[in-house]
Amino acid sequence: MLRKAPLAVSFAAAALFWTAANAQTELTVYTAFEAEDLKRYADTFNEDHPDITINWVRDSTGIVTAKLLAEKNNPQADVVWGLAATSLLLLKSEGMLEPYAPVGVELLDPKFVDNDDPPAWVGQDAWVASICFNTVEGEANGLTAPESWRDLLDPMYRGHVIMPNPNSSGTGFLDVSSWLQMFGEEEGWAFMDALHENIARYTHSGSKPCKLAAAGEIPIGVSFAFRGAKSKAAGAPLEIIVPSEGVGWDMEAGGIIAGTANLEAAQTLLDWAVTRKAMEMYNVGYAVIAMPGVAKPVEHFPEGLLDAMIDNDFEWAANNRAAILAEWQSRYDGKSEPKS
Amino acid sequence: MSESVAALPKGGRVRAKLDRDDVMMRLWMVVIALYLVVTLAFPLYAMLSKSVSTFRFDLTWFEFQVSDEEGHFNTAPILASALNADLDLYGETDLATGSDGRLPATTFFPEFSFRSPVMYRIRGTVDDATFLVGSTRHQGREWVELDSNTFRRVQLRPAASSGLDNFRTYFATPALSNSITNSLVIATVSTIVTIVLAFAFAYALNRSCARFKGFFRLVAMAPILVPSLLPGIALVYLFGNQGMLKGLLMGESIYGPIGIVIGAVFFTFPHAFLIISTALAISDARLYEAASALRASPWKTFWTVTIPGARYGLISAAFVVFNLVITDFGLPKVIGGQYNVLAVDIYKQVIGQQNFEMGAVVSVVLVIPALLAFAVDRFVQRRQVAQLTARSVPFQPKPDRARDRAWFACCAVIAVFILGILGVCQFAALVKFWPYDLSLSLNNYRFDLMDGGGWASYYNSIKMGLITAAIGTVIIFFGAFLVEKSNGFTTGRNIFQMFAMLPMAIPGMVLGLAYIFFFNDPANPLNVLYGTMAILVICTITHFYTVSHLTAVTALKQMDREFEAVSASLKQPAMKLFSRVTVPVCLPAILDISIYLFVNAMTTVSAVVFLYSPKTSLASIAVLNMDDAGDIAPAAAMGMMIFYTNAAARIIHLALSRGVMKRTQAWRFR
Repeated sequence: MLRKAPLAVSFAAAALFWTAANAQTELTVYTAFEAEDLKRYADTFNEDHPDITINWVRDSTGIVTAKLLAEKNNPQADVVWGLAATSLLLLKSEGMLEPYAPVGVELLDPKFVDNDDPPAWVGQDAWVASICFNTVEGEANGLTAPESWRDLLDPMYRGHVIMPNPNSSGTGFLDVSSWLQMFGEEEGWAFMDALHENIARYTHSGSKPCKLAAAGEIPIGVSFAFRGAKSKAAGAPLEIIVPSEGVGWDMEAGGIIAGTANLEAAQTLLDWAVTRKAMEMYNVGYAVIAMPGVAKPVEHFPEGLLDAMIDNDFEWAANNRAAILAEWQSRYDGKSEPKS
Repeated sequence: MSESVAALPKGGRVRAKLDRDDVMMRLWMVVIALYLVVTLAFPLYAMLSKSVSTFRFDLTWFEFQVSDEEGHFNTAPILASALNADLDLYGETDLATGSDGRLPATTFFPEFSFRSPVMYRIRGTVDDATFLVGSTRHQGREWVELDSNTFRRVQLRPAASSGLDNFRTYFATPALSNSITNSLVIATVSTIVTIVLAFAFAYALNRSCARFKGFFRLVAMAPILVPSLLPGIALVYLFGNQGMLKGLLMGESIYGPIGIVIGAVFFTFPHAFLIISTALAISDARLYEAASALRASPWKTFWTVTIPGARYGLISAAFVVFNLVITDFGLPKVIGGQYNVLAVDIYKQVIGQQNFEMGAVVSVVLVIPALLAFAVDRFVQRRQVAQLTARSVPFQPKPDRARDRAWFACCAVIAVFILGILGVCQFAALVKFWPYDLSLSLNNYRFDLMDGGGWASYYNSIKMGLITAAIGTVIIFFGAFLVEKSNGFTTGRNIFQMFAMLPMAIPGMVLGLAYIFFFNDPANPLNVLYGTMAILVICTITHFYTVSHLTAVTALKQMDREFEAVSASLKQPAMKLFSRVTVPVCLPAILDISIYLFVNAMTTVSAVVFLYSPKTSLASIAVLNMDDAGDIAPAAAMGMMIFYTNAAARIIHLALSRGVMKRTQAWRFR
């Protein structure tokens, strides 16, 4: 933000907000990585590159994407690292990404790399939809654990299911887009119409449904496996369910923002982000990562998750995003609760 | 008037001669007025123009050419608009879209098959025409040749224009326009409940001899010290599905209008109480004596003396509460469930859908009721005339055991409600894992492991609060001094007054959004401010300008203008008078302004939610983000940190005021 300032202003600002004034390069990195991972990721990166300081801007996927698009003509970020691939495709179509092939990109599963050469973005890991089921509250309410998406339509779950609003949550959008891809448009919307009857309410963020399920507030949360595993590890009475029809997923991906003043440092970061060390770092929380053969099983992750991942068409999802969200809003967002 | 003037013989215009002081003061006034223009008028204008900036697919901008089976292009290129006319696909209204709009090119070719060997060419007919192949962007008049399998990935992008399309879309989309009714219903119900409760409370404190009045007064002011989201969080713990008092709701869900109203009553209570209490404090005992002499029943006396006496206070309080509720964003965000209101809609449009134009439209819609409530309040305030004349006898309540007990009970219920909300938050913050593990721990205070910026955001908030209080007090008080104490220049002063009043009518969300549009424009030389602490400070000062300005003006009005006359005749510069007399005399008011700014800077969410950056995340935003991510207990913990900080600031302020009173205000007590 200061790089475009006239010199005098920069000096004045530097004097005002005096920080370490040495050869450190500061990178502003926009991300949707989970908050608890940020420090560990930055520390691991700094082991190899102590001269680059990462300034995280962390928010949920929708918010980071909105921020980036809002700043389209005056970008504040140097790098995007850990944002949904669907969002990176949006940025790419706005011409906001600087194509760059990180060293070692050829070792990644091609599914995790942008088709263009040089690629506009590279993926790191996948986050996969799952259902978080609170066994204690489930029993208290006489609910059996659902096994598939369609099971959720059972009237016994009325008011006991919570899912993220796709308009603000990346997880919510990948659920909706996966249902439309799996069931086809018509049946997908019919499925959501029926599901809507059982939904207690829609949350703004994708992790909240699972956290609410963990706290017993709502027994069934449509969320993602990573969040469920974390809550389970924290002692919540959760069962993480992989619906039998298949699950939607999106990847956390990274790219360089075109016009960054710190191109070299940005490239260093992206090079590092695809190294084996980085992959092992992602693997601590994520079972599915971009480099084949590195992943070790992650504790509390449900079995069969990898096989259940659908063949996701990111381009379709990105290009139809606006239309899907508008349709979703007109179907479900307008139905408010009865007036007081 | 002009005619009578014309009838008089022409004479030279009489003008007071300006001395150096006058010129200086006018100059400074212009400087501060300019500050308000740049931080208020320009951003609002930028937002207004955003609300009429539209996007539509201009089909005359794109041209296609289709080959035969062998791949030879024998036919002439054809415009998309011609294809559209032939096929009768889209009407004018169908082509309106958002900035994110995409139109698949294949829709113009009903015969299209991605397996056919036919080749396609596409190009723009103007330089600005943009289309995507997959997610790769193409712009301009170059022909792009594609096989049919790739051509199905072509998406046309819209062109920017302007008009009222966005407003049309808004009112044609029930999901959006329903929020207007929702917001009005919520605000009206909350206003009625708050006013009734606040009136009862204020009445008990002013007109009865109930015990512990000082304590109750203190409790009533507590909600001012916390962000409006905090009652929402407390309500989740009280009435959520795992809530302690869930049974009381009898099956109703707290997520929705019920939750919003209860929370709104909590956070607007002190505002209403203050205004009504002031109105009730001023009363003439002679009226009550007359009433009792006329043998009017207490009931009749209440309706014919008490209520009319407090009517301006009541109306003013009602509109202030209405305005606070309708513009509040934090509370419905936390507890609103599926009940959409305008302020949250702005957030959803901007943050969720990245539809900035629609966000601007909702902002314009939200400004209307806020402006109206503001205008009524101003009008009523102007009608409020001095009821306390020199001959009035202040009303002294007489002890009455039964009555005082009843009033005490009434106050106690409200105090329990307020303290209960705060207590629940503190309890929730200390519990390890609600509701499964109720052992106490400090885990929820490990903010660095959560969303929202960690402990740094808390220190940022304090820093922001201090800077806002320091700079804001100087600007606002100096501005008020200039407008109140300078000579002549009536038009300029009136315009300044108007600018100073305007911020109160502008909801925080609207101001924040307007700041994005204005300050993030690369053509704006001020865009260096974007993402810094400075923009948060500027936004907060502007957002809370009006009340501070009024406090300063009230204090300054108490100073006789003879001070100026005396100082002028002694040939003292105005600035000397300002620093030697005005500031010391008004020091209590100056301290009030700074604490007001500090407390509000600590609790505000709506104005800064669009403006914070990684280095400047704030505690109040952290509460919002932690709740959003489902970390509700840490959100409560951070909310209570804000409460304790503000309470401490209040105590320091109180001690300072006492000291200042002793040192500089001795003349007040002879």
